[in-house]
Amino acid sequence: MTTQTIAGRDVTVDEEGFLADPAQWDDEVATAIARDAGIDPMTDRHWQVVRYMRDTYLSTGSAPTIRSLGKASGVPVKELYQLFPKGPAKLAARIAGIPKPRGCI
Amino acid sequence: MAQRIAILGAGTGGTVMANRLRRRFAPDEASITIVDRDDSHLYQPGLLFVPFGLATPDGIVRPRHAQLIDGIDHVQGEIDRVDVEAQDVTLADGTRIGYDVLVVATGAVLLPEETDGLTGPGWKENVFTFYDLEGASALGGALPAFEKGRLVVAVVDQPIKCPVAPLEFAFLADWYFRRNGRRDRIDISYVTPLDAAFTKPVAADALGGLLETKGIELVTEFNTGEVDGRGGRLVSYDEREVGFDLLVVVPVHGGAPYVGRSPGLGDELDFVPADLGTLQSKVKPNVFVVGDAAGLPVSKAGSVAHFEAEVCADNVVRHLTGEPLEDAYDGHANCFVETGHGKALLIDFNLETEPLPGRYPGRFGPLPLLAESRLNHLGKLAFERMYWHALLPGRSIPGITPTLDLAGKRIPAPTTTPTTTPTEEAG
Repeated sequence: MTTQTIAGRDVTVDEEGFLADPAQWDDEVATAIARDAGIDPMTDRHWQVVRYMRDTYLSTGSAPTIRSLGKASGVPVKELYQLFPKGPAKLAARIAGIPKPRGCI
Repeated sequence: MAQRIAILGAGTGGTVMANRLRRRFAPDEASITIVDRDDSHLYQPGLLFVPFGLATPDGIVRPRHAQLIDGIDHVQGEIDRVDVEAQDVTLADGTRIGYDVLVVATGAVLLPEETDGLTGPGWKENVFTFYDLEGASALGGALPAFEKGRLVVAVVDQPIKCPVAPLEFAFLADWYFRRNGRRDRIDISYVTPLDAAFTKPVAADALGGLLETKGIELVTEFNTGEVDGRGGRLVSYDEREVGFDLLVVVPVHGGAPYVGRSPGLGDELDFVPADLGTLQSKVKPNVFVVGDAAGLPVSKAGSVAHFEAEVCADNVVRHLTGEPLEDAYDGHANCFVETGHGKALLIDFNLETEPLPGRYPGRFGPLPLLAESRLNHLGKLAFERMYWHALLPGRSIPGITPTLDLAGKRIPAPTTTPTTTPTEEAG
């Protein structure tokens, strides 16, 4: 864990840049993390996924998988890959300020 | 009046629940009805061995009713839906089963049709799964004829039943083709959406190391979007490709279809959300969930269903007698990981503690953890008898507890984690 300054705020992140404390997150932190990952600007579709991801994590304690995202976020899996290249679940989780999604074991 | 307990699914979790609950209540205290669509209880760990001719389909199936003790009503029928408000279950033939407590134990189903092309041309010709009896048998016909080329073992997405089984398949395939003198003409690749061979770091290193030793290529972070059986290609969502001559795939899983037809019962994948510690569903206080049917961040595995059922049965008793539920389950799982050449690993872990090296059960247990041994392989074989004769009847197995026992495990020294140091770049 290290402390980083993102969008002018001191936030605690793990080795891969995931926020340790979701409470340190806001829209500006999200926008800054996204920009750093090459996503600029954050469109409405990006926000739809990021907010769904964050709400799911905060209410259930675990981040949705790509497949759950594709079924429930309103954004199909193919589009998820266009919005968040390479690993949508991981990248969207990082932008959403929640821990890195792990598999189920 | 007797309380009515309805258990949906007579697999590992449902059978253990039924037998444990039957012993806890006299017949005039509670009736127990268990529903399943057929009377074939499949010993699922045996599926891994069928393609290699090490187990026969007939040898790993027994009648469901024979695993239930006296005094349990066994109803055979397809479940149409559950009405959690009216507290009844409707079967496809119109039969209605009212309940005071419902236990959902209907497991997970394979959904190969959810992946583009998977059930298209090539399905059951050069594209197989060993995750059901029919698929494992069909693959058993294809392996002896596979002379040369690239065998790809691919996991499409989590969650899957027995997350180590596809690794075991790759290890056994390596052994099988070596034994038949064909290994030098056959490449084996293991394709996973995870970023390593396994999720937890210590086990991922051990299992990844085994893949390397056995000359099995590891392809990570590959999210299969399409299977092209005719062209022999797996295509990922980010447009990477892996070619194959023979594909063994673990399709995506979902909950039982009736869950989706039952308003308010399941999540988007038809799994039933539950509280991990108590196994009470988040749907209604009188609905409990065990095993693969549960939407919980734990492995979908027989050991989990078994441990959950022990905790859940106690909590159903507490619920019916008006006592507070016990927050007792910790995500404990253990499994033998067959590594080929008559050896196996054993892993034992829960949500907090990843699989670690050591001994099992307890400090002086005979079985080495996270290390290959002949004894673990024999343990895996012996477990089948224990499954039918001790686990399903709901007897306690000496030394095996539903929650994780840290005795015997080598716990790594904690790494120091400075959290208040000045700004640093993350690595």
